[in-house]
Parts: sequence; structure tokens; C-alpha cells
Amino acid sequence: MAILEVRNIEKSFGSTKVLKNIDFSLEQGQALAIIGSSGSGKTTLLRCLNFLERPDKGKIVVQGETLFDADDPATMREKDVRMKRLHFGMVFQSFNLFPQYTALENVMLANQLLEKEKPGFKEHKKEIYAQIEEHAKELLDKMGLSDRADHYPHQLSGGQQQRVAIARALALHPDILCFDEPTSALDPELTGEVLKVIRSLADQNTTMVIVTHEMAFARDVADQVIFMDEGIILEQGDARQVIEHPTQERTKQFLSRFAEK
Amino acid sequence: MSTIMEQMPIVFQALNVGFVQTLKLFFVTLLGAFPLGLVIAFGSMSGFRPLRYLTRIFVWIIRGTPLMIQLLIIYYFPGLVLGKTIWGGGEDGRFLAAAVSFIVNYACYFSEIYRGGIQSVPKGQQEAGLVLGMTKSQIFFKVTLLQMIKRIVPPISNEIITLVKDTSLARIIALQEIIWAGQAFLKGSQGISGQIWPLFFTAVYYLVFSGILTLLLGWLERKLDYFK
Repeated sequence: MAILEVRNIEKSFGSTKVLKNIDFSLEQGQALAIIGSSGSGKTTLLRCLNFLERPDKGKIVVQGETLFDADDPATMREKDVRMKRLHFGMVFQSFNLFPQYTALENVMLANQLLEKEKPGFKEHKKEIYAQIEEHAKELLDKMGLSDRADHYPHQLSGGQQQRVAIARALALHPDILCFDEPTSALDPELTGEVLKVIRSLADQNTTMVIVTHEMAFARDVADQVIFMDEGIILEQGDARQVIEHPTQERTKQFLSRFAEK
Repeated sequence: MSTIMEQMPIVFQALNVGFVQTLKLFFVTLLGAFPLGLVIAFGSMSGFRPLRYLTRIFVWIIRGTPLMIQLLIIYYFPGLVLGKTIWGGGEDGRFLAAAVSFIVNYACYFSEIYRGGIQSVPKGQQEAGLVLGMTKSQIFFKVTLLQMIKRIVPPISNEIITLVKDTSLARIIALQEIIWAGQAFLKGSQGISGQIWPLFFTAVYYLVFSGILTLLLGWLERKLDYFK
């Protein structure tokens, strides 16, 4: 059974249809790359998965549980939406780290707040916080940032900030980790370190949805590729197949621009 | 005719009493204007249009007219036009009227600074909080509030220093603040008249107080300098 099923999602902003009949599914442990030109709806699609936008139509199902159904208002209750978001992790193009917290604190904050709400927190506060800290340190270590734990975001390079952001998203153990153009805001010489981290996550079978403009990366790391154009999925399938042998004229055109580089 | 040395204790006694009144007006204004400014800021950002427009027109009027006129109107209007003084008599009544005028006036200035501070925190901060499962209030208190405060400290400091000196405007309704106390010795008070030097000392009081505030606010700004 697919871990993620997106069924006929539609979304408009005013009279502009941004997403039309978006339908796909993703298997556990697979990486899906979404490619396409700017304004094709890729980011909006990710934002719908994270409940930052509400689709006008369609369904989002994770591990058999319907998280969102446009025909069922009961799935949109503000209180539940908060917890449903935790099925997804999100890494933003502009990192969005919290500037007043160190790298380590950025990774720990959400877990600390969530634990606080659970019964029995007060009695075991020390142990719980120690566990959260240990876990956060492990994650930073995995990102190659153990010596940067006490640095504030402005003391880190863009690539380091983005790796902290990835650790922060992983800290909540999301079922599916989403990336919104994770390297687009980085200097070219810093993209490599972030892509390397994502590649190693793929090797560990992390389920991921990655919006990216890095075609070679998408081809090598993703299992599946979706090519979006003007709000629809124009082509989808095996990553290598779609990127090396696209069938649609529009996809060929789009990919040829990257081949020239 | 007494010598300056003999006049000094009398003058400083009077200046001290006046300065206490100045300080009282200063702190009461801040205490009232900080929260009221936040209420006005939320009003001016409200999604409910009539409320937003009304608030913005109110802020425009208050910021667009001299505080001195506001003081005069607030103090005299109820008694002269409505035939009922609502402020009570004597120094307490004058203080109350002055405090209300100052609080409303400064709240309007603060509201604009708050609004700028709130709107300058990038939307991505809130979204990052949301995708991490935080509630709206957790996001406000744990994520955006401190960033806001950091951004508004310099402009608020400016207003606070201005307020130190603006308190002297309450002189217009005869509030017995420090300028009033110093000026008394020009006209004649407690056997001393025609003396201007007490007024120079009132200036020293202002300088010292605003100097202390500048240091304190500078310290606060540096405290928040650890992040960008």
C-alpha cells in the first residue's frame, strides 16, 4: 500500500487555477522529485500537503488515513490539522530557521513544546529534555554539524543553515519529508553539501517529495519524477526514464534548457 | 537679598518636587501607552474594515495635531463645554488629564512602531512554526515576539527619550512639573525672584535622566544583538 495518495487535488487563487487534477501516489521509502518551470504549481502542491494551503477539491491520504477530503469538512478542523501536519516534514527554500535560537535549540524546540502537552511531562521533565537533546545532537551529527550546535543561524553559511533545517524537520519523525527547492537560495558552491545530505537520506530509504531544479540530482536520487506544467502533471514515471527519455514535447523542451548548461 | 548659596537648598527642594511629578507623568505614560499601543496596532491591522479605518483616522488625528492642543482640549473641554469637570480639582486633576493625554498620544506613536515590528517578521517564520506542529500562540510567544521586540527597541527608545522632554508640555495646564518649579523663581517664589539659574538646573535634570535612559536602552539593544 502506498504511504501517500494524492487524489484529484485542485486549487485556485482567485480565478487562477494553480493545480488541476493532481493525482499520484508514493511508496514507502521512495523519493519523488517534482520538476517544472516556475509558476507550474510545484510549490503550491507541497504547501497543500503541509496544510499551508487548503485544496478546493480532492483528497490526501497517508498510510490509509484520509487526512484531507475537500468533501468532508470534518477533516479540516483546526485542532486536528495541527497534528496532521506532523505526518509531513517541510524544508523551505529560505530555510526559515528561528534566528533567536541556536542550531541545537532550533532542532529541539518543536519536540519540547509537543512533549510539554503530554500528561506526565512535569514529573519527567529532566529525562524528557535530555532525550530530546540527545536526539537533536545525533541529527546534527548526521548532518555533519556537531561542531555548529551552539551557533546561531546568522553565524552559519546558507548550506549549514539548510542542513540545520533538515535536522529540525527530521526531529519530529515525519512519515514524508518535503523539500521546496532546498538549494535554490544557496550559492552554487554550497548546493553540493545539501544535496549530499538529501542523497544520504534517500539511501536510508527516507520517504521524500522534493521540488527541485537540479535535474541531474533528480535523475540520480529520485525513484519517481513528476513533471508539472501549468498546474497539471504532464508526465510522470521512473526518474531516469522521464528525464532521459521524456515523451511529451513540453517536457523535452523544458529539459533541453538544462542540457545546454 | 540672599546669596545664591542660601537660595540653593530652597531651589533644589522645589526642583526635586517638580521632578518627581515629571517622573510620575513619564512612567505612567509608558505604563499606559505600551499596552494601549498594542490594542491600537491590532485595530489598525484588523481584517474588519470599519475598525481598521476608524483606528487609522484616530491615529492620524492624534499624530497630526500638537500634543499641546490635545492637552488643552482634554483638560478644559469637559468643564467648559459639558459643564462638568471630570478630572477633579487641583494638582491631582491636572495630573489625571495630563496622563490621559500623554497615554493616548504616545499609544498612537507606539502603535505604528508595533505595526511595523509585527509586519517585519517574515511570514516564513510563522509557516515554519506551523509545519512543526506549533499552535498560533506558541508561534507568537516562542518565535515571533522576540524578533518583534528586537526590531522595535531602537524606534521605541527614540520615543522614550522624546517623552522625557515632552512631559514639560504639561506645564500648559499648570501641572507642577520641573519646568513649572524652576520658572517660579523667575516670577518670584519663597522670597526668590528674577533668577534664571534654576531653569538651567532643570535642564541638567533632563540631561541626566535621559542620559541614564540612553545607557539602559543601549544595554537592552546590545542584549538582543546576539541574533540577527
